[in-house]
Amino acid sequence: MSQILRKEKLAPDIFRMRLSAPLIAASRHPGQFVILRATPDGERIPLTIADACSEAGWIEVIVQVAGAGTMRLSRLRQGDSVADLVGPLGQPTRIKRYGRCIGIAGGVGIAPLYPIAQALKAAGNSVTIILGARSRDKIILRSEIEGWADEVLLATEDGSAGRKGLVSDVFLDLARQGRTFERAVVIGPAAMMRAVSKLTLGQGIPTVVSLNPIMIDGTGLCGGCRVEVDGKIKFACVDGPEFEAEGIDWEPFMRRLRSYQDFERQTRERESCRLMNA
Amino acid sequence: MPTDERLTGSRREPLGPVSRVPMREQEPAVRTSNFAEVPFGYSDEEARIEANRCLGCRKAPCVAACPVAVPIPTFISQISDGAFAAAARTIRQANSLPAICGRVCPQEDQCEKECLRGRRGEALAIGHLERFAADWERRGGRIEAPARKPETGRRIAVAGSGPAGLTAASELAKEGCSVVVFEALHELGGVLTYGIPEFRLPKAIVRQEIADLEALGVKFVRNFVVGRTETVDRLLGPDGFEALFIGTGAGLPAFLGIPGESAIGVYSANEYLTRSNLMKAYQAGASTPILCGRRVVTVGGGNVAMDAARTALRLGAEVSTIVYRRGEAEMPARAEEVRHAREEGVVFRTLANPVAVIEDGEGFVRGLTCLQMELGEPDASGRRSPKPVPGSEFEVDCDIVVVAIGNRPNPLISSTTPDIRVSAKGTILANPADGRTSRPRVYAGGDIVTGAATVIRAMGAGKAAARSILEDLAGTR
Repeated sequence: MSQILRKEKLAPDIFRMRLSAPLIAASRHPGQFVILRATPDGERIPLTIADACSEAGWIEVIVQVAGAGTMRLSRLRQGDSVADLVGPLGQPTRIKRYGRCIGIAGGVGIAPLYPIAQALKAAGNSVTIILGARSRDKIILRSEIEGWADEVLLATEDGSAGRKGLVSDVFLDLARQGRTFERAVVIGPAAMMRAVSKLTLGQGIPTVVSLNPIMIDGTGLCGGCRVEVDGKIKFACVDGPEFEAEGIDWEPFMRRLRSYQDFERQTRERESCRLMNA
Repeated sequence: MPTDERLTGSRREPLGPVSRVPMREQEPAVRTSNFAEVPFGYSDEEARIEANRCLGCRKAPCVAACPVAVPIPTFISQISDGAFAAAARTIRQANSLPAICGRVCPQEDQCEKECLRGRRGEALAIGHLERFAADWERRGGRIEAPARKPETGRRIAVAGSGPAGLTAASELAKEGCSVVVFEALHELGGVLTYGIPEFRLPKAIVRQEIADLEALGVKFVRNFVVGRTETVDRLLGPDGFEALFIGTGAGLPAFLGIPGESAIGVYSANEYLTRSNLMKAYQAGASTPILCGRRVVTVGGGNVAMDAARTALRLGAEVSTIVYRRGEAEMPARAEEVRHAREEGVVFRTLANPVAVIEDGEGFVRGLTCLQMELGEPDASGRRSPKPVPGSEFEVDCDIVVVAIGNRPNPLISSTTPDIRVSAKGTILANPADGRTSRPRVYAGGDIVTGAATVIRAMGAGKAAARSILEDLAGTR
């Protein structure tokens, strides 16, 4: 059991949750994640640790309501507890002094990117962040990032904030201006990571992505999160979740994300009915 | 053929029947549509009749063949006297998980293999009787916690709540140590919970055996990954634990490494069984999904493969097929598991080696291409190694493939604790006789040391390590 210390809405369907977790807060590093279950019969939901405070003993996760599990989680309130919380899981990000770093996030991908970019900044790198979302109200963490990043650029599909277009358009603008970077971190939906990392790699920038496959235990047991990297089977939970984008075989990875789409649609419908009737 | 009158039925010495009392089971046609346990267990009467078959050998070769040295003739004679509670107590002295071992131990390769009864006719059904005694005690609802020695103030950590960890915890608690067991998952029991299906080992039994340990004073912490939530250094640091036993099991599933293995519908047996057992995906309204499939192929010939193939039937598969690259005689699964699977209609395609998963246009599994094999010379394991028959490719139609070809050791602790030495395979290097590792105060046993083996071997290792811990601690303070 882990208590929800604070919960706030960041955007429609996106909320931030602060959980009491002293041990995880003390041992976690940027890039790592937790698995939680909202209720004792709930599914195991992997979530990146977006922020943590070891002195106060809390961690924060940012949740986009997508399936039945995250819907249930979203119904818990401050003061409630989640049934289970385990972590930190996965390999920490390799943080070193690269020089100029660019972080590119699509949607809620900024949640995992946030602690990584902050650690890169702390290690003496200059950090440019590109944030993309469908519209202005879906851009999260903007003011927090503007507090420490060297540069924050926005892209929205409807043009309500920043450049009208995609994060890739912003990146290409930079490339055309002759801007160069020594390291790129790209996090967002799989299709976005695949497309954007292709561009950054095309510019000769070593690029890391953080994968979000289906997983159950998060400790290497089930192998559901397997992904082919450099022709070898890797488990995102123990070998990742970050991998150099260059070696990833995206096609099967993206396909496997769709394994349960029928089930997910059904449970989402069932869950939202319960929500309406509640 | 000469007959030994003593064993065949006998005028002079009525030693009872050569055959064991069979255990009643759910009918195959019925049981494939439920997840309830298959064998029913002996009645009091059946148990006493079977127990009467024991020859009461003075040297008791059965005890020597038991990895935890259960005093078998003693508890058997207590059953035959009707002293069922005493029998259960006798077993519990040596074995902290009797209801589990009575179900999943490979007795035919251990105690029952050495049973003199087996030379003429069937060996005594020691496993069935162990199960009987443990169940009888549990049904009575009054399980006597074994005696616990006075508190020693010793603090021991155990990583993993599977058979090795539970046994080590039990042994140490009985000696008055204060023991904390850390489990990474949200439920306790390790492979007993996520791996072995309900129809072979009801989870209520696992929970009961764990509750017994709690009654003995063992503390359990779920959702705690040793090496990550806290490092080994930290656990063993000042104000921490005096020793750590690592029983984290063989976690990482092996895959075939063939084309198409990332298609939708290819599962490791771990994932397939975890979804069904731990996450209860077989229940209506479960929050974790499982792809059921009409035609399921399980690759492998061990107990885990049998568990997966039989689970598939219960999840509604029309055809459940085992594909195994060697012959049936070479299958590592217990004979009983193979028999149960066959009775339930599992199809066996032995001497078949998968070479590719066939996908439909949408990325879902459509079939499995296999090569026909023939047996050649015995390999290092003593089993005849299979060789492909050239040009013998054939396809098995299926929509789910479950890969049950074994596990590699879980790297979580070794990768975060560099001074614990591991083998090239990643298993922790520990002395099999005493569980000591390369790092003082750290002990290991079970699958994390041996690679995938049996519940009882892991328990034996947990027990041996507990003895070493007590020995080593006795020399300090």
